[in-house]
Amino acid sequence: MALTPQDIGRIAHLARLELSPAESERMLTQLNGFFGIVEKMRAVDTGGIAPLPHPVAAIQDVHLRLRDDVASEPDQREANQQSAPAVERGLFLVPRVIE
Amino acid sequence: MSSTALHDLGVAQLAAALRGGQVSAVEAARHFLARARSHQHLGAYVALNEDATLAQAREQDASIAAGTAAPLAGVPIAHKDIFVTRDFPTTAASRMLAGYRSPFDATVVARLAGAGCVTLGKLNCDEFAMGGTNENSAVAPVGFDAPQPVRNPWDGARVPGGSSGGSAAAVAARLAPAVTGTDTGGSIRQPASFCGVTGIKPTYGRASRYGMIAFASSLDQAGPMARSAEDCALLLSAMCGPDPDRDSTSLDRPAEDFGRALGDSLEGLRIGVPAEFFGEGLAADVHAAVDAALKEYEKLGARLVPITLPRTDLSVPVYYILAPAEASSNLSRFDGVRYGYRASQYSDLLDMYKKTRAQGFGDEVKRRIMIGTYVLSEGYYDAYYLQAQKLRRMIADDFQQAFKECDLIAGPVAPTTAWRLGSQNDPVANYLADIYTLPASLAGLPGMSVPAGFGEGGLPVGLQLIGNYFQEARLLNAAHRLQQATDFHLRAPEGI
Repeated sequence: MALTPQDIGRIAHLARLELSPAESERMLTQLNGFFGIVEKMRAVDTGGIAPLPHPVAAIQDVHLRLRDDVASEPDQREANQQSAPAVERGLFLVPRVIE
Repeated sequence: MSSTALHDLGVAQLAAALRGGQVSAVEAARHFLARARSHQHLGAYVALNEDATLAQAREQDASIAAGTAAPLAGVPIAHKDIFVTRDFPTTAASRMLAGYRSPFDATVVARLAGAGCVTLGKLNCDEFAMGGTNENSAVAPVGFDAPQPVRNPWDGARVPGGSSGGSAAAVAARLAPAVTGTDTGGSIRQPASFCGVTGIKPTYGRASRYGMIAFASSLDQAGPMARSAEDCALLLSAMCGPDPDRDSTSLDRPAEDFGRALGDSLEGLRIGVPAEFFGEGLAADVHAAVDAALKEYEKLGARLVPITLPRTDLSVPVYYILAPAEASSNLSRFDGVRYGYRASQYSDLLDMYKKTRAQGFGDEVKRRIMIGTYVLSEGYYDAYYLQAQKLRRMIADDFQQAFKECDLIAGPVAPTTAWRLGSQNDPVANYLADIYTLPASLAGLPGMSVPAGFGEGGLPVGLQLIGNYFQEARLLNAAHRLQQATDFHLRAPEGI
């Protein structure tokens, strides 16, 4: 199954990436080449096999750890905003979204 | 002590000289900073901050004088620019993070500083650790105005490997006695092999991922690179340990002395040799060097056991589904709002996101985001992502089957030695070159690259050693014993 230029456009939109026409064309060729490599994986029978999200779960139980829902960090707003592209009065600025 | 000899000392020797007062931390720091400058044509460093380095060194000298020195007091170290650092800029080698300053240090950085290490600077890598050549770096190294590929110290026309290419090159060229790297699909082992240095990726979950800019969270692991296994053991012991409040996948296992088995006899050790690692595509010179290393192990009393890892070839598609899927999710945070780059012209919020990401990310990163977005999108998740996760379990189970017959596994790290800069034009075909490192990555097993000799053109060849979960000490001892019997790890590139 080969991807079409429309697929590339849809995926790029989902990924929030603007691609030039030349980039889209190159991406189409490369992704189709990539999914050629992937085909042999799809053919393998994995019936009854559980997915492995944490590799060490292959030999022991691994539980996703949750910490108590309490504030543990001091206020570091200024430090955290020092590398922001646009900040005003401690707020991140973005283009107007509500008219 | 003459300062010209300093850069030939390993971590263990340097730590002893520092504590014995033969050299001060400030002298050591100055020596390596000077080398970083005089070898800046290699492109290994992307950031230096001499004031910060010397301030750290003075603190270590004070602790040595006061008798309160930590085990690695004053040992200089440089970090892959994937770890966030307060005293140095952090870019992940991406335009997206140009000018970014982290308000905190990564846990690995903090742990090494706590052990007394003095940070020399930050090291070049592939953008967001995606690549195997370091040619995907989008930042200018120290001394340059534009991005430059890192050069392999053994042959300046060749790549150092990647993604931890600056790290491997820095150790090979004696620009740092110790460095950190990260390994998602082989990014410590392959550059270590290409540059003739020693590197280890521990069991997944051993080293905290807090402050390590995320690529593929279920695969990313930090590890040290240095010249010897003994040095790696010291560094790894300082790096690892539980970080339960900051990394949800950090394992609840206490810190260990990974050097505790160094010197143990290899008599009776069963080394599994997977048939699939020696098939078509393995270059003759790499094959010969690996065979010679295996023979050396037999002389040391180990027994070679033929084993099979039947799904080795499937590790390429499985990895290149899982890693991009996780990357597409992790990299969605780079949207030009909270940190880093923002496009200068846009019409609205959506347009700002799209243009920021189009301009901020390089080609390889975009390719992986596209693959990942597609395999996670509606209608394709089961066929690709879930199927890959099931195969991941089968690949991990194959290792457990193999470890019934052997104590560790040995083979090549990469099919060839370092290739020429600019010679690999098909990025997708390039993925296939990761075939020997990906299986251990998917299984989350500890893996090493140990210098095993030289191939055509005098280029280094690494031997890969893979251990079962939590067997780092045994792995490091096996590497150490090989290094006691050979001198490949001590050789320096011409002119270094």
